[in-house]
Amino acid sequence: MKEKLYDLLHLEATKTIISSLISIAIGVLFGFIIMVGIALTSDGGTISDAFKGLTILLQGPFSSTVQKYVLTSTGDVIFYAVPLIFTGLSVSIAYKTGLFNIGAPGQYVMGTIGSLLVALYLHSSSAIGQFGIWLLAVLTGTLLGALWGVIPGVLKAFFDINEVIICIMTNWIAANLSSWIFKYTTAIQSTENTKGGFLMKPLENYTPRLGLDKLFPGSYIDSGIFIAIIVAIIIYIILNKTTFGFELKACGSNKNAAKYAGLNEKRNIIISIAIAGALAGMGASLYYLNSGIEYKFISQYAGLPAYGFNGIASAFLANCNPIGVVFSSLFIRYLSKGGEYLVKVKFNRYVADFIVSVIIYMAGFTRIIREKMLKDRKRERNKQTGEELKPEGGKKA
Amino acid sequence: MSNFILICQKTIIYAIPLLIVALAGVFAERSGIINLALEGEMIFGAFVGALFVYYAQAGGWFLENQQLLFIIALLISGIFGALFSLLLSFGAIKFKADQTIVGTALNMIAPAAFLTITLAFFNQEKLVMNPMPLYSLNLITSDNPILQILFNKAYISTFICIILYVLLSIWLYKSKVGTHMRACGEHPQAASSVGINVYAMRYLGTTISGFLAGVGGYTYIATVAAGTAESSVGGMGFLALAIMIFGNWDPKGIAMGSLLFGFLKCIGPIANQVEFLKKLNIDIYVYNIIPYLIVIVVLILFRKKSGCPKAEGQPYDQSQR
Repeated sequence: MKEKLYDLLHLEATKTIISSLISIAIGVLFGFIIMVGIALTSDGGTISDAFKGLTILLQGPFSSTVQKYVLTSTGDVIFYAVPLIFTGLSVSIAYKTGLFNIGAPGQYVMGTIGSLLVALYLHSSSAIGQFGIWLLAVLTGTLLGALWGVIPGVLKAFFDINEVIICIMTNWIAANLSSWIFKYTTAIQSTENTKGGFLMKPLENYTPRLGLDKLFPGSYIDSGIFIAIIVAIIIYIILNKTTFGFELKACGSNKNAAKYAGLNEKRNIIISIAIAGALAGMGASLYYLNSGIEYKFISQYAGLPAYGFNGIASAFLANCNPIGVVFSSLFIRYLSKGGEYLVKVKFNRYVADFIVSVIIYMAGFTRIIREKMLKDRKRERNKQTGEELKPEGGKKA
Repeated sequence: MSNFILICQKTIIYAIPLLIVALAGVFAERSGIINLALEGEMIFGAFVGALFVYYAQAGGWFLENQQLLFIIALLISGIFGALFSLLLSFGAIKFKADQTIVGTALNMIAPAAFLTITLAFFNQEKLVMNPMPLYSLNLITSDNPILQILFNKAYISTFICIILYVLLSIWLYKSKVGTHMRACGEHPQAASSVGINVYAMRYLGTTISGFLAGVGGYTYIATVAAGTAESSVGGMGFLALAIMIFGNWDPKGIAMGSLLFGFLKCIGPIANQVEFLKKLNIDIYVYNIIPYLIVIVVLILFRKKSGCPKAEGQPYDQSQR
């Protein structure tokens, strides 16, 4: 029994979870410190404000005092987690192939362009019907996202140019491209309240809600969360149970060895980041194809969509495990929801952003710590059995 | 002629932050650390500098000597950029953490901290410094266009950055410490075998990098952004990183790159002021896209990479020598 517990504690998955929890704890601690700092330096603030803030933050959607809003907020947490799950998966699959997909924001923007153009221009009375148009819109967004991923992929594979730089360039191109395209789409721009720069809400061709809006009244939630979970499981199976997934991971862990083993490294890089782009594009499509969400297309100086960058957070918090990404995304949105309630006590929602960014910072370390823990364990076991230390690469199946 | 002068002046205004931040990238990478956090260091350094100026203006300090205030703000921004960069070097050198992830995280920590604090204390998502002095100098009234370009409506930061650029470039290549530092980016094991402290050199390189990024960040908000600090520097940090690669990790190369991209970046914002550009009537988004598009094309054409430090991004472990 004791041995079993010991083994459980030393499973790789357990270690991943433990190191993620440590990251979260440190992130929250720093969030608390910044709240203490603000509380003590602002007029009439006391340290108890910081404790109140911490409680609100950790309670997430349950911070609302009105029972009805708790359900609404919980539904919203789930809805807003959907694009995060997709961008998290996007970053994860690329990272497994040894690529850092910081281009997720741009791919996300391309997905937005594709899906909204289709959904808003096609009328639901056309031959393929409401569901058909929705499907077409999601596919268009996914395809455009994939296309945007292929650009850094091809440049990396054939010209050996750092994908990070290209991704950042394609991000800004995508952001300006979206503003440029939508500027000329007056037919689908919002006219309500004479506010400029918004597109209409997709009131017809939105993602099926499957009654979830009854379960969480007043929230934006739709069936996107089911799609996200299914896609996460598919990515998990591809990465862990298929030859193709093994090839991708082989390219990621040792490029030269993979080449030596006869794997087509160039092809794998391009396919991996194309899938990553497709995922980000699909996430954007599912987010904007909601009757409650309107897209602000004037982003000339505003910068890139936060969902793309936060995908990096959800991916690394979950150690790039596709199933873990679902949970880490829900957690990040939960924390952000708590952040929205922080205005009750002189703080603001950016405290949650700050915590998330500290968590990513810690993710840079935890990988090392986890590897060290793993190595110690191996050495210990080898001491017991008297075996020689096995090479690192041998453990993967 | 006035159009020509305007374009040249604006090119310089955009090129200077790019130049100094690209040099920041050179210092980090030459010592062996990939500094993806340039953007974050710019934001953080500039934020503290702007905070200082905000309170100085509110308190009525330096009323007689606005240029001195500017110089002090640059210094403070540099120092805090350097302090912020310690988060990168600490992780990358001491813990051998993933430099890409840590750098990305710093790029997110800086704006989040900025927004948390500005919203809490100023109730808005930006920090506007009093533009009253506008800082620009009219040193010479002359008809000579070159003198006009250089000294009319000039910023003191331009001269400071150029001096920093020249001195530090020479120092990196001619001094003993600079040469040691570059050796750590090329072959840390060999450097260590002749008695160079690789860890110390990498800390030094990254810290100088953070200082320059902070200076560049404040230069950006004081000149390009006309005195408004925001939670973003418009991707200038990343553009500087691209310029560093374009310039082949070499100070001479990045000077050319900065001028080129300074020119490309300034066209969009001034298109309305220049007659022949106005006639073309091109959407601002096109001007915004062009620099990024050209970076990609340039990277494809100049991908020889001969200048890339061989050991960049690889953690150094003394015990594995």
